[in-house]
Amino acid sequence: MTQPVAQTGGGTTTAPGAPVLDVDPGIKTAGSPKLAPWELRFTSYDVEAFEVPRGREEQWRFTPLRRLHGLHDGSASADGRIEVSVRTGFGDAAGDLTGSGTRHETVGRDDARLGDGGIPADRVAAQAWSSFTEAHVVTVNEARSDDEPLTITVGGPGAGATAFAHLQLRLEHHAQAVVVLDHRGSGTVAANTEFVVADGAKLEVVEVHDWADDAVYVGAQHLSVGRDATIRHTSVTLGGDLVRLSPVINYRAPGGDVELDGLYFADGGQHFEQRLLVDHSVPNCRSRVMYKGALQGVEGGTAAHTVWIGDVLIRKAAEGTDTYELNRNLLLTDNARADSVPNLEIETGEIVGAGHASATGRFDDEQLFYLMARGIPEAQARRLVVRGFFGEVIQKVRVPALRDRLEAAIEAELEVVGV
Amino acid sequence: MSTLEIRDLHVEVETESGPKEILRGVDLTVNSNETHAIMGPNGSGKSTLAYSIAGHPKYTVTKGQVLLDGEDVLEMAVDERARAGLFLAMQYPVEVPGVSMSNFLRSAATATRGEAPKVRHWVKEVKGAMSDLEIDPAFAERSVNEGFSGGEKKRHEVLQMSLLKPKIAVLDETDSGLDVDALRVVSKGVNEYKSQSDVGILLITHYTRILRYIAPDRVHVFVNGRVAASGGPELADELEENGYERFVGAFGADKEEQPA
Repeated sequence: MTQPVAQTGGGTTTAPGAPVLDVDPGIKTAGSPKLAPWELRFTSYDVEAFEVPRGREEQWRFTPLRRLHGLHDGSASADGRIEVSVRTGFGDAAGDLTGSGTRHETVGRDDARLGDGGIPADRVAAQAWSSFTEAHVVTVNEARSDDEPLTITVGGPGAGATAFAHLQLRLEHHAQAVVVLDHRGSGTVAANTEFVVADGAKLEVVEVHDWADDAVYVGAQHLSVGRDATIRHTSVTLGGDLVRLSPVINYRAPGGDVELDGLYFADGGQHFEQRLLVDHSVPNCRSRVMYKGALQGVEGGTAAHTVWIGDVLIRKAAEGTDTYELNRNLLLTDNARADSVPNLEIETGEIVGAGHASATGRFDDEQLFYLMARGIPEAQARRLVVRGFFGEVIQKVRVPALRDRLEAAIEAELEVVGV
Repeated sequence: MSTLEIRDLHVEVETESGPKEILRGVDLTVNSNETHAIMGPNGSGKSTLAYSIAGHPKYTVTKGQVLLDGEDVLEMAVDERARAGLFLAMQYPVEVPGVSMSNFLRSAATATRGEAPKVRHWVKEVKGAMSDLEIDPAFAERSVNEGFSGGEKKRHEVLQMSLLKPKIAVLDETDSGLDVDALRVVSKGVNEYKSQSDVGILLITHYTRILRYIAPDRVHVFVNGRVAASGGPELADELEENGYERFVGAFGADKEEQPA
């Protein structure tokens, strides 16, 4: 059997394929000491309200601050801007924006809608908020067909340049849309992205970070979930020097249903960090989190590093909550490090269910042996296993052309190390 | 006509207290159209023999030979052994999440046959083989072995054998954990493949029960890492009657870790 290779935080760590742990060593009940970060959680639109992080803070302890190009300490200046385009369709099939109820506006800082999604909770997000000059607002006020996904492309400011970005995606009452939010290009970006999903609306969004090798992107995602609203958010991180994403789920009324999926693939030297907060503050909401990552370092180089923090808070008022979160990491080579810290804090016992699991392991030699014992060559067997590992996440992506692109991207990653 | 020859095979496994010898000089020859039963108490090294033939990395061969039609099997990688015509039906088939049974079977058939089977013919072939083993067609779209019951896993092992068409098949405790109905279905599948091919079978088992369904030509008693006695089918009857006592007493046996 494969050996556990790491153990982190409240989660347990076992080999992939091992039974998912269903007990919750990390659960903190009302009676246990309160150490969770949200007890100290502070939010503000004003960058000066936050201390400059030094690296020891819980929020920043995993992030290599030196690689942030001054986003965190006020020394970065906005000398570039992001390019945003909104189209109908995805990939080669994308065309001009269609749909009478869908529009894209560029607005100023004073637009009253900005901030509906949530408030920055760290200094870089507040810096982005304090510094942006124009915001993009994409509003959907219709039930769009699944066959007409929206593609919002965000292009970086270019190598050596820095941009502060603000983007809001709004789904009005009972609207529906499938959206691909595609990030590409070079440069340094700090951003707030708001997903404001009104009562009864349904958003399926795939947020892709496929940046160039030099790029640094630090983004806060504010997801606001209306009454009986549904959000399927899939986060895909494939490229960039450093990508740090902090999605926060704010349930505004009962009946919200959120699934957060994630897929990340870090090569040598890359730092991909995901910090999730699912804040169950109202009754009868559901959340499911499933993030999967693969890592492959290069011998002698800087390690591939991924960080996954999954904070789930069930507040006293949130009776009837149903939540489960899972993070799995697959270490394909040496010189790779995956930190995985699930936290679950429960302030009421009147819930449907709550659980979490975390597993980080090396390639499962037993799976490899089994496939090879049927004649399948080693390289192909490894690919089958990695594809299978990510399959659960990719299968849920509703845009076929995007599924193809993600599968091709994973194949290309595997080619790099000759797996 | 194929022959698997095992000559003076010594195998050891790494333990916390250093390497430990499990196989201590196994000699055995299996020809096409022959079924050999290997019977022995728990811990005698039966499974180690099976996994060593297949090339599991946990086991180190320290001495001896395994030859398939004169070719040195021990020099081959795991996948090469399978492509050369060896098959191991495992006692504990491994779950591979996210890889569908149909994708897996097709990949394996493509590898062992040297070319991708024609789609129309292949679909029919798989359906027929599944139906013979009373496997619900829905299993084709499930992940390999994931959430399968013990019996379902064993049926799928036999399914793979019948599709990959090995020259020599090692069945490692294929009967363990099966109820009578499942045992009947699995045995029928093995007999079916025997009748359609020239396969030579090495049937490893702890109990004589399966031998009522799959008739052995030769029976070997395996104790303490080697073959302690060989004979015809009547030897199985004697074991049924008297157990392993006589052989264990003579050779002594100690516990062996089963590979998981």
